[in-house]
Amino acid sequence: MTDDPNIASKIITNDPWFGSYAQRAETMRASEIRALFAVANRPEVVSLAGGMPYLGRMPFDQLSEEIGRMLRDQGEKAWQYGSAQGDPHLREDVLPIMAMEGITNAQPDDVVIVNGSQSGLDLITRIMCNPGDVVLAEAPNYVGALGVFQSFQVDVVNVPMDADGLVPELLEETIKAQLAEGKHIKMLYTVPNFHNPAGVTMSRERRPKVLEIAKKYHILILEDNPYGLLGFDGQTYPALRSMDSENVVYLSSFSKIIAPGMRVAWMVAPPGIRQKLVLANESSILCPSNMSQMTITCYLDNFDWKAQISDYRNMYRERRDAMDGALREYLPSCSWNKPEGGFYIWLRIPDGLDAKAMLPRAITAKVAYVSGTAFYNDGNGKDHMRLSFCYPTPERIVEGVRRLAGVIDRELETINLFNDADAEPTSL
Amino acid sequence: MTHSDQADKKNEIAPETAADSPSASIVVICGGLSHERDVSLSSGHRVQGFLKEAGWKVETHDMDASLLDFLTNPSTRPDLVWPLLHGANGEDGSIRDILEMSNLPYIGSRAKASRTAWNKPVAKNIVRKAGIQTPHSVTLPESIFRELGAHQVVTLLVNSLGLPLFVKPSSGGSALGCSMVEDMDQLPQALINCFAYGHVALIEQAVTGIEVSVSVLEIDGQLQTLPPLEIWTPDGIYNYEARVSSGPTKFYIPARLSTDQLKAVRQAALTAHTALGLRDISRTDFIIDSNGVPQFLESNVAPGMTATSQLPQSAIAAGYSLSELYSSLVQSVLSQDRTNH
Repeated sequence: MTDDPNIASKIITNDPWFGSYAQRAETMRASEIRALFAVANRPEVVSLAGGMPYLGRMPFDQLSEEIGRMLRDQGEKAWQYGSAQGDPHLREDVLPIMAMEGITNAQPDDVVIVNGSQSGLDLITRIMCNPGDVVLAEAPNYVGALGVFQSFQVDVVNVPMDADGLVPELLEETIKAQLAEGKHIKMLYTVPNFHNPAGVTMSRERRPKVLEIAKKYHILILEDNPYGLLGFDGQTYPALRSMDSENVVYLSSFSKIIAPGMRVAWMVAPPGIRQKLVLANESSILCPSNMSQMTITCYLDNFDWKAQISDYRNMYRERRDAMDGALREYLPSCSWNKPEGGFYIWLRIPDGLDAKAMLPRAITAKVAYVSGTAFYNDGNGKDHMRLSFCYPTPERIVEGVRRLAGVIDRELETINLFNDADAEPTSL
Repeated sequence: MTHSDQADKKNEIAPETAADSPSASIVVICGGLSHERDVSLSSGHRVQGFLKEAGWKVETHDMDASLLDFLTNPSTRPDLVWPLLHGANGEDGSIRDILEMSNLPYIGSRAKASRTAWNKPVAKNIVRKAGIQTPHSVTLPESIFRELGAHQVVTLLVNSLGLPLFVKPSSGGSALGCSMVEDMDQLPQALINCFAYGHVALIEQAVTGIEVSVSVLEIDGQLQTLPPLEIWTPDGIYNYEARVSSGPTKFYIPARLSTDQLKAVRQAALTAHTALGLRDISRTDFIIDSNGVPQFLESNVAPGMTATSQLPQSAIAAGYSLSELYSSLVQSVLSQDRTNH
């Protein structure tokens, strides 16, 4: 080949299939932020970004013996296809777990095992929502749910929260406004306990009000409850599902209380929806992994999981306190809630700062967080960041916050420098 | 001397096969702590895959606390290192200094040359002196805005360089921290974005034209250019997202230029490679201005080698098998005595 311009250039697109994808895949794009998170996984970086549970206290030695025994005795079942609804043994085992949050009227047949909560979100959205339908959701909203809703081209409409969670009056206002526009509202998605990312919990008083409003307008509630057992004082709140078995689909997971690597979660749904969920599960994955489900049952049957969760509560409380104390010491210019449970502090940063734009500077300083913009579908959230206290040790948390304070100070200096046209030069 | 025609014919380079590959061991260093870690990991694993395909024994290793021991321990010490770290510590010469001190042969430019190319303002100056045009620019650290007052300096910049401007970190890659400024009001935000990635900004007159990259390979002592690659995006912006996402970005190979312009840009890439003292492999980026003149933007000593990167795409369009091409580069370097680098 020579450089003869009469010879047509080869045209190479960086994706020859561009233009062939479904519309719902168009928003799936790489981003600078994703690139930066590749660095956040390095041990030099104090990552206050990820929501990984700390697994260092799991009894892996004993667990490996029990799992070995399970494989010897039931290996053929563990490695075989299973039921699309999930292993009956596990569906039975989740009942006492749900009872801790007041759900005492569920049967194993009401339960569907799914491949992690993310899969549950996918399934329920798939069977309930057409493109353009409305899902009401707390703002800020769990980023994983936003991704699912976007992929089904659902219109996510935000409902404000305050320190007591979803505000019932504003929920009803929002519903009325949407209905007035002729929108089809299909679901209300809520994380009522120790919210991700906001850290707040829906008060006991508000729960029946929210249920009443949803029932009044025939809107299904999707109750996502991965953190409900991780209240630091051991307190649990009554699940919405415990008060209404007809209008609530309940979703919970072993990811935060046992092991995210197993990818095992469960849903409890009214009979019609439950049937559709089973069919959708079968269509999507045939069946959840028997090996994962039996590993979970092996753990639940042979170990004191309640004591383990209690231990986690104490550990996460200590880490929450470490972060709260460090924020008070190093970042008094910020404001935040002090969560009663869960994994996250939702930090409001000083005016003028943009958490997303500041992230490269933070990565350079070897500390990572998630920008608040990730938790909105409308570009809001740059004035907040989510800080996770679940995985790093208290000492690392303090160091991370110290680094973050330096980043914020430096960024503020730069912002003020360029945004204040009348600023005097700094004297040396 | 140009050997562009040779590089456009894959048969010019003898294909490597598993059977005639020596037993030399290769370590590709990728990852690191820079903002471009993600791209580097992808580059490293792609190169590893193609070299394995050619029969080489190849491992990848992150740049971390275990690397030096791995590279120097007699049981794991490789015969050859291919540093594929993008960004600081990878392209600024640091890792190459370490390799030289460890007396390990490696593919790519030496530390000093890497350091020169990494610093875009310095590289622009050297390349300009070698006769290649480059957009007029100034290089300013964040501190100068602080000391003299940002408003005054921003005003002076616009009055002096005019608009539009292109603002980028003075070092770094993958278009991170880069912004086009068409209005004076956009300049402060562009500088803020830039300073999030580094302390020094290169503020360049934005040249309108065709964005072209030319990759240079040095195999068996011969400098060769791969066909010039033209980058086209719908909005004219080739940012990070456009670089790494599947999307509408198109490459035209060779670039849609006249014969003379293609020749000129190939020669300009060779001149930049030589003037900067680069070795083995480089990719130089240009804008072909409205007069058809190549305007030098920057040279990369560790060009991206991902599935969507420009060097591999140019090579494929020229008819190369990547596994053969990378294998030839490895053979070429292994055949040289690099004990003194």
